[in-house]
Amino acid sequence: MNKLIQNEMMKLIAKKRLVVIAIIIGILVALFTYAQFKENERQKEKLGTDDWRTIIQQTIIDQQNRISSPRISDEWKQQLQIALQQNQYYLDHDINPSEPGAPTFMRIFLENSIELFIPLMVMVIASDIVSSEHSQGSIKLLLTRPVKRWKVLLSKYLTLILAISLIVAIAGLLSYSISGLVFGYKGWGAPVLTGFSVTDAGLNTASVKLIDQWQFLLMDFGLVWLVAIVVGTLSFMLSVLIRSTAAGMGVMLAALISGAILSNMVSSWESAKYFFMVNLKLTNYMNGNPPPIEGMTLSFSMMVLLVWWCAGLFVSFYVFTKKDVY
Amino acid sequence: MENITLSVHNLKKVIGKKEIIKGISFELKEGEVFGFLGPNGAGKTTTIRMLVGLIKPTSGSIQIGGFNIVGHFEEAMKHLGCIVENPELYPYLSGYDNLLHFAHMLDGIGEERIREVTELVGLRDRIHDKVKTYSLGMRQRLGIAQALLGRPKVLILDEPTNGLDPAGIREMREFIRFLAEEEGLSVLVSSHLLSEIQLLCDRVAIISRGTVITTDSVDNLLSNRERIIWRFHPVEKGKKVLRSLTAIEERDDGTVSTEYDEMKIAELNKMLVEAGVSVTEMYRKMPVLEDLFLELTGGDSIE
Repeated sequence: MNKLIQNEMMKLIAKKRLVVIAIIIGILVALFTYAQFKENERQKEKLGTDDWRTIIQQTIIDQQNRISSPRISDEWKQQLQIALQQNQYYLDHDINPSEPGAPTFMRIFLENSIELFIPLMVMVIASDIVSSEHSQGSIKLLLTRPVKRWKVLLSKYLTLILAISLIVAIAGLLSYSISGLVFGYKGWGAPVLTGFSVTDAGLNTASVKLIDQWQFLLMDFGLVWLVAIVVGTLSFMLSVLIRSTAAGMGVMLAALISGAILSNMVSSWESAKYFFMVNLKLTNYMNGNPPPIEGMTLSFSMMVLLVWWCAGLFVSFYVFTKKDVY
Repeated sequence: MENITLSVHNLKKVIGKKEIIKGISFELKEGEVFGFLGPNGAGKTTTIRMLVGLIKPTSGSIQIGGFNIVGHFEEAMKHLGCIVENPELYPYLSGYDNLLHFAHMLDGIGEERIREVTELVGLRDRIHDKVKTYSLGMRQRLGIAQALLGRPKVLILDEPTNGLDPAGIREMREFIRFLAEEEGLSVLVSSHLLSEIQLLCDRVAIISRGTVITTDSVDNLLSNRERIIWRFHPVEKGKKVLRSLTAIEERDDGTVSTEYDEMKIAELNKMLVEAGVSVTEMYRKMPVLEDLFLELTGGDSIE
């Protein structure tokens, strides 16, 4: 099995996919860093200070103004209310929610890329790991060796998991090192609040805990990794089912983008919560942002993802070991 | 008795409701080149894909080196090397890395064997170049090197000379003969080109519409159908003489053919001469597989 994984790695490296992904991540991180830097500058200019208390005070006032505007929808109003209460909580407890520094940037970057960006990068590798063998015809050589088919597929799947872990690690490393050039590398120990829960009555702060940023980051990484694995497995399944890499990518892309759109508009369609793509934003639960559909919790989303993962894996192996290759 | 390396018994494949392969049986012996001849769409490729485990047979058995490929896939595949259609190796890897890749899938095959097969197919100088820079002939040779890595007993080559130039075809033919004669491999070669099978194979199975029409040695198939072609003067008189002695067949160019029988030829000639017919030409004609094939399949189309 080790040698088979070595084979898959050799092909992956020769295709230079990981390098391309690293470059894409690098460029994006640099862009975001610059955007964040500009935003900080602007705020400083506007408020005449870079004291976070003043900034957060100003944000709260903004939010209050928007809530009292009559043209805003009830749903949006409720979300703003929750964000406002959170900000108030931070202010009351004298904790800076966005302590400047590379770790904070990394946290925000991860939270914003969990839904679309990281899954897209994973998809680049996962969607052609099997179908490229078909389109090249090399599957005919691969499956006529004295190695059972499930072993061939398992080696590919394990390689995929390795590659996904690498992508997540690269994303972390690059976002830390590049943003650190601008914001400095400190801030691991900054306090972060977690455990907000959203109930019918609004924001519930009863179980809020204060933890160090590095602990929070560790959890974020775990969640990002989990999402990446699930999305990777589903792309992998499509790669087994659909011979054309482009078609497989298209299907997965449509699913991911529809997920991003759906989470913004399905709050009244309750059964949509069983789609895997509306459950991808796991880090939201950690921040206490309201879920796209009422009643969704971290454990619910993880269960949904787990079921999709199992199904994807089962279908992949079942089809791959049974199907005739022409 | 010679060793049987590959045996196929009553192999069938049904796709949907259509029976594509209708019960094929044949055997390969050690050291022989076996031809698999049929027009496009006769079921050659489907059969070969079943032999190498890419397609599951609906019924029937395939044994390679004594192991059934259904129950003992790994053991059976150890004795098999194959190229199905074109040798589609990884273009972005070097030739060496390709061989390394497939050596990893075999037990106990290391760098030494890779060097051996590289020498054997004469690719030593280019083995570290990327496969995408190879010519078709070189890819074909690399494909064979890959197939030989595991020291197989049976080599299956689907259309091995497809797309090669005449020199390449000749080289490939000599190489396949070498493998069978010197290394003792059984080689199964499929082709829709009759001339190729005729030059390359010891025995041949002719397949059409999913069934084997006949299996025999190439020599046997041909020798039964050798004819003698006569040209003589005056034509009508000569025909009359021959007709009284044996069955004759008139040909378009004014010549006459009779069955080849070593014992009777001299006699026939003597009778003609004694009757005052002057024989201007007589020669033995080997039929080409083309005619044979048309005869056997009743005109099923072939290229």
